[in-house]
Amino acid sequence: MPAVSKGDGMRGLAVFISDIRNCKSKEAEIKRINKELANIRSKFKGDKALDGYSKKKYVCKLLFIFLLGHDIDFGHMEAVNLLSSNKYTEKQIGYLFISVLVNSNSELIRLINNAIKNDLASRNPTFMCLALHCIANVGSREMAEAFAGEIPRILVAGDTMDSVKQSAALCLLRLYKTSPDLVLMGEWTSRVVHLLNDQHMGVVTAAISLITCLSQKNPEEFKTCVSLAVSRLSRIVSSASTDLQDYTYYFVPAPWLSCKLLRLLQCYPPPEDGAVKGRLVECLETILNKAQEPPKSKKVQHSNAKNAILFEAISLIIHYDSEPNLLVRACNQLGQFLQHRETNLRYLALESMCTLASSEFSHEAVKTHIETVISALKTERDVSVRQRAADLLYAMCDRSNAKQIVAEMLSYLETADYSIREEMVLKVAILAEKYAVDYSWYVDTILNLIRIAGDYVSEEVWYRVIQIVINRDDVQGYAAKTVFEALQAPACHENMVKVGGYILGEFGNLIAGDPRSSPLIQFNLLHSKFHLCSVPTRALLLSAYIKFINLFPETKSTIQEVLRSDSQIRNSDVELQQRAVEYLKLSSIASTDVLATVLEEMPPFPERESSILAKLKKKKGPGAVSTELEEGKRDGGELNGGAERGVDAAAAIASNASTPSPSADLLGLRSAPPVGSAAPSASSLLVDVFSEAGPTAPSGVMDDNFLSSAPNSSSFGSEESAPPLPESDELLNKFVCKNNGVLFENQLLQIGIKSEYRQNLGRMYLFYGNKTSVQFVSFSTSVSCPGELQSELNIQAKQVEPQVEGGAQVQQVINIECLADFLEAPLLNIKFRYGGALQNITLKLPVTINKFFQPTEMSSQDFFQRWKQLNLPQQEAQKIFKAKNAMDSEVLKAKLLGLGTALLENVDPNPENFVCAGVIQTKAQQVGCLLRLEPNAQAQMYRLTLRSSKDTVSRRLCELLSEQF
Amino acid sequence: MMRFLLLFSRQGKLRLQKWFTPLVERERKKVVRDMTLMVLGRPPRSCNFLHWKDLKVVYKRYASLYFCCGLDDKDNELLALEVLHRYVELLDKYFGNVCELDIIFNFEKAYFILDEFLMGGEVQETSKVTVAKSIEASDMLQETMEEYMSKPAF
Repeated sequence: MPAVSKGDGMRGLAVFISDIRNCKSKEAEIKRINKELANIRSKFKGDKALDGYSKKKYVCKLLFIFLLGHDIDFGHMEAVNLLSSNKYTEKQIGYLFISVLVNSNSELIRLINNAIKNDLASRNPTFMCLALHCIANVGSREMAEAFAGEIPRILVAGDTMDSVKQSAALCLLRLYKTSPDLVLMGEWTSRVVHLLNDQHMGVVTAAISLITCLSQKNPEEFKTCVSLAVSRLSRIVSSASTDLQDYTYYFVPAPWLSCKLLRLLQCYPPPEDGAVKGRLVECLETILNKAQEPPKSKKVQHSNAKNAILFEAISLIIHYDSEPNLLVRACNQLGQFLQHRETNLRYLALESMCTLASSEFSHEAVKTHIETVISALKTERDVSVRQRAADLLYAMCDRSNAKQIVAEMLSYLETADYSIREEMVLKVAILAEKYAVDYSWYVDTILNLIRIAGDYVSEEVWYRVIQIVINRDDVQGYAAKTVFEALQAPACHENMVKVGGYILGEFGNLIAGDPRSSPLIQFNLLHSKFHLCSVPTRALLLSAYIKFINLFPETKSTIQEVLRSDSQIRNSDVELQQRAVEYLKLSSIASTDVLATVLEEMPPFPERESSILAKLKKKKGPGAVSTELEEGKRDGGELNGGAERGVDAAAAIASNASTPSPSADLLGLRSAPPVGSAAPSASSLLVDVFSEAGPTAPSGVMDDNFLSSAPNSSSFGSEESAPPLPESDELLNKFVCKNNGVLFENQLLQIGIKSEYRQNLGRMYLFYGNKTSVQFVSFSTSVSCPGELQSELNIQAKQVEPQVEGGAQVQQVINIECLADFLEAPLLNIKFRYGGALQNITLKLPVTINKFFQPTEMSSQDFFQRWKQLNLPQQEAQKIFKAKNAMDSEVLKAKLLGLGTALLENVDPNPENFVCAGVIQTKAQQVGCLLRLEPNAQAQMYRLTLRSSKDTVSRRLCELLSEQF
Repeated sequence: MMRFLLLFSRQGKLRLQKWFTPLVERERKKVVRDMTLMVLGRPPRSCNFLHWKDLKVVYKRYASLYFCCGLDDKDNELLALEVLHRYVELLDKYFGNVCELDIIFNFEKAYFILDEFLMGGEVQETSKVTVAKSIEASDMLQETMEEYMSKPAF
């Protein structure tokens, strides 16, 4: 233990910290901490009043324990007590504890606010600063309400100490950021601007952060700050390196203040006043000149501070975008940095040049550095620098260099880091499309992309290439030829098969003249890939086959045979089976005219902006740290769901009307799937053709006796339904992992359940058994969806006979459609009279979100890649809990299978763990879910982690499952 | 503005955490986990900057400790690097040849010093002399060593 150097070390604390450090294991540490927590708790609870010192020491220990990562659930009150201590050291620890541990909606806020109020009024600058810091650290709305009026007064009062002014300025900034509506502009605002002239550099430095933020929101009110900022900047820039004493940092005068001034100026357009503008341009030139001067120190701090100002000045020059001379100088300066031996500077130069590339004055100048940037992409050792180089290439790309840049990016992709591949793919796809002069180059580029980085090619990218090929007839023949060649490769990516299937299905006829790509060869080539593909791709291929029958009548018998084979027509996947049946019927019943109309070539897509751009913007993903952006959900994480959409759309389009898919979303054309002029007549014909194999369950079918879903809407009985039985949650939990069993039993009645689910639909059979020998009369049941559940589940229950004979059993069928993911369970209410007495029972119907799981098999690599994609904090739910039953791995397996997911073998490196994957099917969307269960036999505990693209789903599944083991 | 500042050891042990925007505990843990993984995984002599989500991350290693902060998208990375350095200088001035142990045993001091220097993620006072003075002044308000030694250990 080192000697405590100064001030008031707390001996007990030091001993405790040293004990913790001496713990040999995590268990020992936890033991020591629990002992300490018990000790502190007993001291706090004890009869003897603690003195200030002890209170401080214990609060500080609690803080230490919290910072080690353990939960602290007491001591807050003692910390609040410390706030009103007269001793500075006790107050200080109290405030520190509050700042670290009290979250903004704590109930203690009122007490804390009271203490702060006293300290602010104390006129003791150290106390005032502590209080201001606490406000800034907690920054809650209640605090803003209490102090937003007071702090501006402290800030501009003539007799406020400098240090308090500094704290007040930044504290006000914090409140303004959290609750802008509570910080009212007023007389103080003009006086705040004049703090830019304050004698004390520290006051200016703190105040300018506030002024910058206020100016961004209210530029008009604060515009006088421009001339003040320019003159302040000018004084600093022209001062000698020693003029500013302690505000000179490694021979650079006031780097923080200079940067903040330059940043403030970026809130405004160039000054209109000629004199001010002249002075500012002079400053900027001086800063650029200084970059060429020999350094005044070899220390990296010197060059960092100097260059920080330089980069900020360049940002301002780029922001003004009006001084060609300065822009070109900035660009040349950055060009020098591109070759600098400091990696940091190369990184920043690449980053800064990206913005410069978009200015018309400097775009050409940036382009001259293309070779350097390409070599950076190839040779930089640091991936973050390479990423910046790729960004810059993207930014500097135009028609003149597109081919070179796209080629370089493609070749870089082969070795690129996995973390940036998807983004690179999107960028290449965008550039190829944007600057394509001839579309054969575009097609080549996208096919290359799929070849090189197929796994990273998102739906949007291959949708887009199809959209473009369909819209441009000059490229269709070439596209058909190229995909045909690409498919020759023995192992080609599934995305290639999708594009190939789609394009040959549409335009295979354009290359059928060549005997090397005759219709049958084309078909056999596609079909050779069929068995290696996932269900959605197979579905797409089936649509391509039916199109082949129309394009090439000679393939009809071969294709019909394929469709007729058991593996298609009896396929266990509903979608595939349906397509096989429908297409087989279509091809054998419809006349060639009908076929030609139904399977007509796709009409052109309306010209739209590429959806890939939107995808790229989304890729950047919101940060977990920015609360405003939290709401935004990252789309990229959607598992499997996307693929389905594409195929649905392809199917809807290929067969044009067989199952009008509500989710047709090809190429981002959400609103209106393209419909050819022939479609209306075609669809009316098709209705007949498909009358036997009609759509499985369009929503309309269920509507006729759909029970109103308002709670307690039973048509019988003026009596209200009883509240759910206390044990109903427990009963519900019994059915999470199984579909059949006895839901409820008492002396009179037994209720059995059998249920089956497919995709987003379910059917449940309820068996009500009368255990007595007496008839039940006025027997009625109703199912209701309380609250939000109404819009999430569509439930329809057949009525039951009002009498149940003694010893008899009646059956009730319930149809369930899942519209969106849901949390609560529907309520089942049963009422009947037994010997005159009314029985009124309400249970929870065991319909839980996991019932709509479709298992998804995937490889270990896919699993972990998807797992990593779902990395937003809200996408994950985790629980650690004690085992309730014996930890038998066979039982666990059975339960996990019962859950509805696929249990993946050999995925988790630890064979004791279980991982599962599945997609929850709702009408509105599909939610991919990954699950990991880690049993710890020794501790008899489990850790359960769920990740899914939807936070509510992760949480709900975690909740449900944690009750199962 | 700075969103957070973390100090962690080469083994990934967190020594100091300062959050300038409100985050729930779970998110904090995630940030800490991501930062330690990312930063500790970098080869030596890489550049000091990274992108993470929509934030810029600036880090620097001083002896056994990594100083790592998250910045808004518009912030100046080089200047942030010097914020870290200035903080190290302030710690050094206070503790005299500061080492990781000083920060472990006197974590509350490390927080107090940081509070004098930064507030709400913005630089409050850049002068080393001024910050040092106010720390000294607050130490003057505290007990003497004698008082300290006479205190019970538990």
